[in-house]
Amino acid sequence: MIFVDALVCAAMIATAISAVFQRSLISAVIMVGFISLMVSYLFLRMDAPDVAMTEAAIAAGLTTVIFLIAIRRTEDKEIGDEEK
Amino acid sequence: MRQILTPIVLVLLGAILWQAIPFSAPADISEIGRRFVEFGVADNRAANIVTSVIVNYRGLDTLGEVSVLFLSVTGAVFVLRRREGLTLAKPTPSSELVATGARLLFGPILLFGAYIFAHGHLTPGGGFQGGAIVASSVLLLLLADRDRALAHNALGWIESMSGFLYVVVGMVGIAIAGSFLSNKGILPLGLWNDLFSAGLIPIIYVLVGLKVGSELASLIDAMMHSGEPETEVGGTQA
Repeated sequence: MIFVDALVCAAMIATAISAVFQRSLISAVIMVGFISLMVSYLFLRMDAPDVAMTEAAIAAGLTTVIFLIAIRRTEDKEIGDEEK
Repeated sequence: MRQILTPIVLVLLGAILWQAIPFSAPADISEIGRRFVEFGVADNRAANIVTSVIVNYRGLDTLGEVSVLFLSVTGAVFVLRRREGLTLAKPTPSSELVATGARLLFGPILLFGAYIFAHGHLTPGGGFQGGAIVASSVLLLLLADRDRALAHNALGWIESMSGFLYVVVGMVGIAIAGSFLSNKGILPLGLWNDLFSAGLIPIIYVLVGLKVGSELASLIDAMMHSGEPETEVGGTQA
């Protein structure tokens, strides 16, 4: 089981780093939502189901959706074009 | 300067956190934590001790938390409110698949959220989690029917009544047991692991669930339906 936990942690770190370098905001938001889902798994593993549920319902679910709506409401612009 | 300072600050912060956080299960819990674990079930007859702590021992903090959520949602809705003279861009109707699936799932998810906050004293979860799930079901409904508008008056009433009743329940504690949000001798505690047990805890958690659910639902509604400044009709460039 500790192996799975280590794998999850590694996946979270990799996703976090790649979310920073995403050119599309939508992909970055989805990646952050994935990290929250993994955090919720880790909370469950640490015998904190209450916190895991909050993390899954609010951070992985609602926050991701609110970010997505906000991006759609404004403009999904790929970043990094202006500088070049 | 900034390029040099940022990594130094980051490394320092990391070092502080590394030595401050014990990366293992704590060998011993604090005195107050031990008291909660030992007397939690005897005091409140709630099977889920976490709920016993959140709603009873730390009930005042939960009231503060609910108020913080209320204030932030109020601020967001105020900023996003539909302004006069703006027309909404006609939303593209959602696909048949999304609409049918969302309509099918709306009821079960709403019920699941209500189940979570009604069983907050028995199983993991409670008002905040259940409220968020209720709001997700409302989000599905809004995704299925893009022109559907929520009944803002009803939502506002649910929200303010549940917040008001939370404080009233706390006041009842002052009147009967002598301390705010007390759970002693107001309602019968009932049997352990029964749905109708733990005195006032399930009532408070249902109120919290309704409040959080209606707040988050109106926030989502405001975000989905807020006017787009580009489509202003006959407006002047400000």
